[in-house]
Amino acid sequence: MPSDAAAETGSAARDDLLSYYRDMLLIRRFEEKAGQLYGMGLIGGFCHLYIGQEAVVTGMQAAIRDGDSVITAYRDHGHMLACGMDPKGVMAELTGRVGGYSRGKGGSMHMFSLEERFYGGHGIVGAQVPLGTGIAFAHKYSGDGGVCLTYFGDGATNQGQVYESFNMAELWDLPVVYVIENNKYGMGTSVERASSTIDLHQRGAAHGIPGEAVDGMDVLAVREAGEKAVAHARDGGGPFILEMVTYRYRGHSMSDPAKYRSREEVQKMREERDPIERVKTMLAAAGAAEDDLKEIDREIRAIVNDAAEFAQNSPEPDPAELYTDVLAA
Amino acid sequence: MPIEVLMPALSPTMEEGTLARWLVEEGDSVSAGDVIAEIETDKATMEVEAVDEGVVGRLAVAEGTEGVKVNAVIAWLLEEGEDASAIDVSAPAAASAAPVRSADEGADAGAAESPAAPAPAAPAPAAEAAYAGETKEVTVREALRDAMAEEMRRDDRVFLMGEEVAEYQGAYKVSQGLLDEFGAGRVIDTPITEHGFAGLGTGAAFAGLRPIVEFMTFNFAMQAIDHIINSAAKTRYMSGGQVAAPIVFRGPNGAAARVAAQHSQEYSSWYAHCPGLKVVAPWSAADAKGLLKAAIRDDDPVVFLENEILYGRSGEAPADPEHIVPIGRANVVREGADVTITSFSLMMETALEAAEMLEKDGIAAEVIDLRTIRPLDTATVIASVKKTNRLVSVEEGWPFAGIGAELCAVAMEQAFDDLDAPVARVCGADVPMPYAANLEKLALPDAQRVVQAVRAVCYAG
Repeated sequence: MPSDAAAETGSAARDDLLSYYRDMLLIRRFEEKAGQLYGMGLIGGFCHLYIGQEAVVTGMQAAIRDGDSVITAYRDHGHMLACGMDPKGVMAELTGRVGGYSRGKGGSMHMFSLEERFYGGHGIVGAQVPLGTGIAFAHKYSGDGGVCLTYFGDGATNQGQVYESFNMAELWDLPVVYVIENNKYGMGTSVERASSTIDLHQRGAAHGIPGEAVDGMDVLAVREAGEKAVAHARDGGGPFILEMVTYRYRGHSMSDPAKYRSREEVQKMREERDPIERVKTMLAAAGAAEDDLKEIDREIRAIVNDAAEFAQNSPEPDPAELYTDVLAA
Repeated sequence: MPIEVLMPALSPTMEEGTLARWLVEEGDSVSAGDVIAEIETDKATMEVEAVDEGVVGRLAVAEGTEGVKVNAVIAWLLEEGEDASAIDVSAPAAASAAPVRSADEGADAGAAESPAAPAPAAPAPAAEAAYAGETKEVTVREALRDAMAEEMRRDDRVFLMGEEVAEYQGAYKVSQGLLDEFGAGRVIDTPITEHGFAGLGTGAAFAGLRPIVEFMTFNFAMQAIDHIINSAAKTRYMSGGQVAAPIVFRGPNGAAARVAAQHSQEYSSWYAHCPGLKVVAPWSAADAKGLLKAAIRDDDPVVFLENEILYGRSGEAPADPEHIVPIGRANVVREGADVTITSFSLMMETALEAAEMLEKDGIAAEVIDLRTIRPLDTATVIASVKKTNRLVSVEEGWPFAGIGAELCAVAMEQAFDDLDAPVARVCGADVPMPYAANLEKLALPDAQRVVQAVRAVCYAG
C-alpha cells in the first residue's frame, strides 16, 4: 500500500502535494483552534476532532469531481473543509452563531452545504450510510453520473443498517463508495473488542462488494485507492468499500481522556505516521522550498484566526429563529 | 504579543480543575499539538495541547494547584523575537476578559421566556376550494393508486418504493398497475429492510427526489422510525432551512383483524408528537386521493396513515388530476348543535354510527373528520365546541398522550369558558392488542361506547 514518493515527479506532482499539504494543514489548525475555543467555553456540547485523520478526506476529495456528493457522521469538520466549505461558516456553527452553516441550529454534528454537495453531518452512528446510499440512488435515478462518498467509522460497521444498505447498493448497482475510517476505536472500545472480524474492508463480501484496505495516513495511497473505487462506482460497477486505516490523536470527543490507550501509542503514531509530516518530507524530497511551506503555514494560520474571530463576533441567532425552519416556509 | 494559554474546560459543565502537571518548562520551545500540561477534574484527567508555536515564557500557575478557574491564564507563549518582559505588558488585558459562559447563561435566561406564552388558537387554514367537477366512484384503494399515478405522471422525481409494491402489485394491491405504467425504475420492489429503505428514501429526498415509501404496515415502520424522525423530520431545522426531505411514508395503520399485538396498532400520536413531520389520516375515498396528492407535492416529510379495512370502502372522488385536498384542514362531516365528536380514519365510521343512534334520542351530534393530525386544525374544532359546548374525541389508539389527550388540552386552553362538561375520550383499551375475538372486540371503541360518552357529557343519563 505505501506509495512511492519518487513516483510523484515533476512540478504537477509537486503542486498536488502542496495542495494536499495546505488542505491537511487547514484541517489540523482548524481543529486545534476548535479545541481551544471549546476549552474557553465558546463551543458547547459534543465536539469530535479529526486531528490525525486528515489524509483520508484530503485524498478522497482528490479522487472525486464536481457533481459528486459527500456524507459523513459527526467527526465532520474535516470533511466540510475538504469539500470547500468556508472555515468561517463552519467555526461559527460550532459556536452556535447566526453566521454558521446551519445558522446556529445544528452545531458541530449537523452542517450541510447543498452548494458543495455536502449532505451532513449526522449524529446517529450508522444512519448516514442508508442516507448516502439514497443520495447515490438519486445520482443513478437522475442519470447525472455522480458518485456519493459515504463515510463512516469502524464503530458504525456493527450497525445493522450498514448491511441493509450494502445489500441494496449492490442489488441495484448504486454509485456509492463506502469509506470506512478505521481509527481503531469506537469511542473507547477497540475494534478488536467490538468486532468478530477486524478486516473491515471485507464486510461487504457477503453482498459481493469489493473492498480494499488502504494506508489512511498516506494521502497519495488514499487518492490512488479512491480513484479506483470511484471509477468502479461511476462506471456502473456498484458500490466499493475502502477501509482507511487511520488514527485519531485526540479523544473521541473533547471530554474523553482516552485512558483506553497508552500515551506511547499516540506518540508513536504522531512521530512515525503523521500524514502531514509525511507530505512535508515528500515535498522536501521534491525540492519544495522551506519558505513556501512557511508561507502556507502563515496563510493557514490567518484563515483559522479569521474563522475564530468571525465565530466569536457573529451574533447568536435571533430568538425568533427558534420557530423557523421546522417546516417549509 | 505573547500568546495566552488558558485553563480549558473539559466539558460544558466544568467550572474549575486542578493543574496536575506541567510537561514543559519556561524557555522550552513548543509546536502546535505538543502536550504541555495535564489537568484533572473529579471525572477525568486530560492533556492540554499547545495551539500555537512559541517559547514558554512564563508558567502562571504552579503544578498541583487546585481550583483553577476555566479560562484563567495558566501560561504565556512568546513569539519569535519576544522576551518575557512582553508578558507584563499584556497581562492586565487578560484579567479584564469577561468570562464567556456566564454571559451565555444570561442570554439564555432571557430567550427562554418568550415561548412560554400560551399558544393562541391556530388561524383557520385557507378555505378549501369546493370541487364542482367530474367525480368517479372508486374504492379508497383505487383512490390512493390514482393519486400516486397522477403525481408520477406530473413529476418525474416521484417514485414508489417498498416491499411487494411492483411485481406483486402491492401487499394490499394499492399499487396495482403502477409497474406497468411507470416501469421498474420508478416502482421499486425493496428487500425486507425497513430501516434501510426508509433511510435510503430520505437520502434520495435530500438529493432532490420525491420518494413515496410504502410500509407494508406501519407496525414495521418502527424499524425505521429513527430515519423518519431523526433524519427526515429534523434535517430542515438542523440545516438552518437548507436541506429538505420531501418524502411520503405511507401504508396501513391501526388495528387489523385477529393478528394480535405486533400487527395491530395505531400510530398517529407517535408521529404527531414530532415537529418537522406532517401526519395525515384520511377516511373517505375523496380525501384519500386529494390528501395523498397534497402529501406528494408537499416540501416536508409526511406520514400518511391509511387503514386496511377502509381500502375496500367506496366513494366518489374528484377525477381532475389537479384537484388536491389541503393538508391541515378538518372537515365537518355532519352538522349538529348539541355535541362535537372528533375522529379520523376508520373510527369515523364509528363516530357517524353513534351520531345516527344519538339522533334517535334527540341529540344532534356534529361530527368532525380531523383528516390531518399534524398540523391539527384546532380552529375548526374550537369553532364547533363554541357552538356545542361539548367535546368527545374518538380514536382507536391508546389513551395516554393520545390525540384525545391533545384535544383535551386544546379545548381547555382555547375554549375553557365554553365547555359545559369535561371533554370525554373514547380510545382503544390501554393494553397490547389481544388475539381472542371477544377480547379484541373489547379493546376497540364501538358506537355504543361513543354514545355513552356523549350521553355523559350531555348529562343525559
